[in-house]
Amino acid sequence: MASGTELTSNSYLQHHLQNLVLGKLPEGYERADGHIVDHSSWTLARTPQEALDMGFWSLNVDTMGWSVFLGTVFCFLFYRVAKKIESGAPSGFANLVEMTVEFVNKNVNDIMTVKNPLVGPLALTIFIWITLMNTMDIIPVDLLPLIAQYITGDPHLYFKVVPTTDPNITFGLSLGVFILIIYYSIKMKGVGGFIGELAFQPFGKYMIPFNLILEGIGLLAKPVSLALRLFGNLYAGELIFLLIATLIGSALPFFIGTIFGGGLQFVWAVFHILIVLLQAFVFMMLTIVYLAMAHEHH
Amino acid sequence: MNFNATLIGQLVTFAIFVWFTMKFVWPMLLKQMEERETRIADGLAAAEQGQKDFAEAQEKSSAEINKGKEQAATIIAQGQKRHDEIVEEAKEDARAESNRIKENALGEIEQEKEKARQELRNQVAALAIAGAEQILMKEVDQSAHNEVLAKISQQL
Repeated sequence: MASGTELTSNSYLQHHLQNLVLGKLPEGYERADGHIVDHSSWTLARTPQEALDMGFWSLNVDTMGWSVFLGTVFCFLFYRVAKKIESGAPSGFANLVEMTVEFVNKNVNDIMTVKNPLVGPLALTIFIWITLMNTMDIIPVDLLPLIAQYITGDPHLYFKVVPTTDPNITFGLSLGVFILIIYYSIKMKGVGGFIGELAFQPFGKYMIPFNLILEGIGLLAKPVSLALRLFGNLYAGELIFLLIATLIGSALPFFIGTIFGGGLQFVWAVFHILIVLLQAFVFMMLTIVYLAMAHEHH
Repeated sequence: MNFNATLIGQLVTFAIFVWFTMKFVWPMLLKQMEERETRIADGLAAAEQGQKDFAEAQEKSSAEINKGKEQAATIIAQGQKRHDEIVEEAKEDARAESNRIKENALGEIEQEKEKARQELRNQVAALAIAGAEQILMKEVDQSAHNEVLAKISQQL
């Protein structure tokens, strides 16, 4: 970021919390550098305002890219283990994979009263994928953005590497779970049963509006709480990494700041490992619980 | 928090990854693990069976050994008995033989004694006659006194 503009902690934070957005700017739009768009075209946003003005039909290239990449890594690694039919004792990575699968399978079997071949794979995908995405937080905050800026030659390039600090990603996941909750509720209980559950509980048929509000909020709270819990934890964690990073360039003398900041980064990273795994686990468990509830009659 | 199409992108990606896991990862892994589980259980059962078989064989072999020992003891006892019998028989035979020899010897002795006695008798008769001749200074008609002589020799 050596383009002459002054670097403050505030701008550092803002820069780090902005996604790399690919979107379409309307014709006649005045860009941040005063340049006016001749005809509407797809481009990368250069400021948070531009990203906002691109509207809904724009894509967070960085978080989406990392998300797809990490999901592919998960599928590739697990597929390789699954494909290799080993006759003897498993070793190394296969052991880890089998342990994870066994752990997830045990949780699914403990919670689900009805057998559903989708829930196991769903829980495994959620657990491993979210773990991988959260783990991106452990990588030093400036490392990957600096590499990306070096490769593209753009010192101002926005580059967020932790997909789960992007609400789009967490809501994308929880929306998927929400759709499954509704699908299985209707499949197991029928449309009438599902609506009945919303309308006639907990206070009987004379309190239908009240019941609807209560149960409706309860239903909607599931995906919202899933997504916000994961997003909030990881966003806060990332923010603390960034704040510690600003310490290094703060009023403290350079080497003290570096040592102090580096030590804090390490301590927080160790602590963060817990959050990485815990949040992935919580997301998985709640998904299983919600789907189990969708299968049961109340 | 500005939402954009990333939300939909993530939703679609999510669906694809879950589908992939459901189709190509989860069932294979579970099947593999179940197979291994049964194989381990089978192996353990086989080991247990082998141990049981071994114990049985051991029991059988020790019973067989005991039987053999018993048989050997019987045979030894029988041999001992037979040995005793043979010794006894031999002793009996020896005793009988010695008795026979002794009797024979006794008989012979008796015969010799009788023979000697007879000879003595004869000689005594002759001596008596010779003595009497000397005393009487004359020939004694032996035949006239034969009766007396016979009586004397009979008394010897």
